Amino acid sequence: MSNTTMKRKGSCFVFGDNVNTDEIIPARYLSTSDPAELALYCMEDARSGFGRRDDLSGSIMIAGENFGCGSSREHAPISIKASGIGCVIAKSFARIFLRNSFNIGLPIIELPEADQFGEGDEVEIDFDRGLVRNLTKNKEFTFNPYPEFLKKVIDYGGWLSYAKAELMKEGA
Amino acid sequence: MATGQSMSEKIFSRKADRRVSPGEYLMLDVDVALGNDITAPVAINEFRKAGGKNLRYPDRVVLVPDHFAPNKDIKSAQQVKLVRDFANEQGVKHFFEVGRMGIEHVILPEMGIVKSGDLVVGADSHTCTYGALGAFATGVGSTDLAGVYLTGKAWFKVPSAIQVRLTGKFRKGVAGKDLVLYLIHILGVDGANYRAMEFTGPGVANVSMDSRFTVSNMAIEAGGKAGLFPVDDITIAYEAERGIKVEPFAADEDVAWERSIDIDLSDVPPMVAYPFLPSNGKSAAEAEKEKVKIDQVVIGSCTNGRIEDLRVAAEILKGKKVAPSVRCIIFPGSQKIYRQAVEEGLASIFVDAECAFSTPTCGPCLGGHMGILAEDEVALSTTNRNFVGRMGHLKSKVYLAGPAVAAHSAITGYITDIREGA
Repeated sequence: MSNTTMKRKGSCFVFGDNVNTDEIIPARYLSTSDPAELALYCMEDARSGFGRRDDLSGSIMIAGENFGCGSSREHAPISIKASGIGCVIAKSFARIFLRNSFNIGLPIIELPEADQFGEGDEVEIDFDRGLVRNLTKNKEFTFNPYPEFLKKVIDYGGWLSYAKAELMKEGA
Repeated sequence: MATGQSMSEKIFSRKADRRVSPGEYLMLDVDVALGNDITAPVAINEFRKAGGKNLRYPDRVVLVPDHFAPNKDIKSAQQVKLVRDFANEQGVKHFFEVGRMGIEHVILPEMGIVKSGDLVVGADSHTCTYGALGAFATGVGSTDLAGVYLTGKAWFKVPSAIQVRLTGKFRKGVAGKDLVLYLIHILGVDGANYRAMEFTGPGVANVSMDSRFTVSNMAIEAGGKAGLFPVDDITIAYEAERGIKVEPFAADEDVAWERSIDIDLSDVPPMVAYPFLPSNGKSAAEAEKEKVKIDQVVIGSCTNGRIEDLRVAAEILKGKKVAPSVRCIIFPGSQKIYRQAVEEGLASIFVDAECAFSTPTCGPCLGGHMGILAEDEVALSTTNRNFVGRMGHLKSKVYLAGPAVAAHSAITGYITDIREGA
C-alpha cells in the first residue's frame, strides 16, 4: 500500500450551496448502516434516483459552499463513497463532514473555484501535485496537496484501518 | 496585544497540560463519548473491524438509543439490539433503555453525566448542547467514536472563537430559541464553520439554563464547532442540584476574538426560521402577516424539550384547544421532564387542548417517526432543522420557532406572533 500515485479522472455531477446531510442521505434510510444499501439513496433528496444511476463509478461530485452541513451521520460520506464517486470538490465543507470524509477515506478537495465546473465536464485530479484539471474547459486549478499520512489513510480506506496497520505496527 | 484565552483554549490547555493556541492539533483523552442508535452501530462495527475487544474506558461511554426508539420498525429494533448487546457485553453503565431513556442532549446534563469544563465528543451534531454548561462538546462521526472506544482519545484542532457579547434582558415571551435564530440569521449557516462561539457580557446572567441549552444546541446550525457559556452562578446552581461542585469559569477579558457580535437581548423579537435553512429568520410579527397556514406543530426535541419550554407552551394552551386543522405533538426531553409535566399539571393541559403528549424520542425532529409530514404539508416546529424533507415528504415544509410562537400558532392554525400579556 501507499506511495501509489493518487489520481482520479471522471465526469462531473454538479450540486449547489449548503447541500445538507439530510439531502445526501435522508434519515428515513438510516435504519441500516450497510454501505451498499446507503449508496442506493445517495443524494436522494437533492436529485431523486441519483444513487441508482449506473454511471457514478469514478465520477466527480462538485458542490458550492458548506457542503455536508447538518448531521454528524457518517452515513453521508459513506453513501457517496459506496456509490463509486471518486472525489468531492466543493468551495467549502462543513466541519464534521470534512472530518468524517477523511476518517472513512473519501477524498475531498476544498476549491474556491468549484463554480467553474459544469455538469458532465471531464476532470482529472492529481493529488500528489495538488492539481485539478477541467479537461472540457481547458482550465487548471491548484490545491494544497494532501500530507502523506492522509493519502495513506485514503489508500487504506479509512482512519482506523490506517491506524491499525501503520501506527500499531510502529509499536507507538 | 491580546494575550487572554477563550474558554475553548482554556479547556484544551487544561486537557493538554500546557498552554495551547488556536490552530494546534492535539490528541486528547475525552471525558465523555456519546453515541445513539444511528451512529453507534457504525462505530461498534468499526471498533470490531479494527480488532477492538474491550472499551478503553467503559465508564466514559454513553449509549442512548433515542432516534428511532421506541423502535419504529424491525430494522430499528435490530439496530437498538446491537447497541444494547454491546453495552451489556462491555459493561457500559450509561446505557439508557426506553422508559429510562430521554433525548441524549437533554439527559446527559440533567443526570450530571457531563459537567462544566469537560471535553466531550458525541456522534451527533447537537453534542454542542453541553457548551451551555461551559463544557467543550462537539459533534463527530462514528469513526471518531470508534477511535475513542479503542484508545480513549480523539484528535482535535483548537478552534479560534467568535465572541457573542450579550447585554440587556429578553422582552416578555422571548427566550433562547429566538436568540439563537436571530444569531444564526446574522452569522449564516456557515458563519461559524470550524470555530467556537462563546457567549460573554452582562446579558448572560439574564439567560436561563434551559435557554442556554437551546442556544448552544443550535451552534452547529451556524456551522459552529461548539457554543460555550461561562460558568456563572446559574451554572453553579444547576450543577449543585446534581451534586457537582464547580468553580466560576469564563473567557479572559483580553481575548483576540476572530470576530465579535453584540446583541442587546431586548432587541431580539420572537423569531421564525423559514424553510429551508435555519438562517432564514424573520420576526414572528412579520411571519404572521403572511398568514402561513400550518398542518402540524411540534414542541419538544433536544432543542426545546425542557421543562421551561413545556411550561411556556402550557401557559398559552391552558383552557384552549388546538385549531381543528392542526395536529400538535408535544414530546418532553426526558423521563424526569415527563414526570414534572405530569406533576405540575402540564400534561393535563396538553391533553385537554387536544395535543398528542409523547414519550421522549428524537422521532419527529428528523422525520423518523411520530409525526411525518405528507406532500405539501407545513409544520411549525421547535426543533433545530428545517432542511428539505427533514420531517417527511420532500415537498413538505418546516418552519422553526420557540415554544411560545409554536403554542400560539397551534391555537390559531397559522404562524402567529406571541400575544400581549401572554
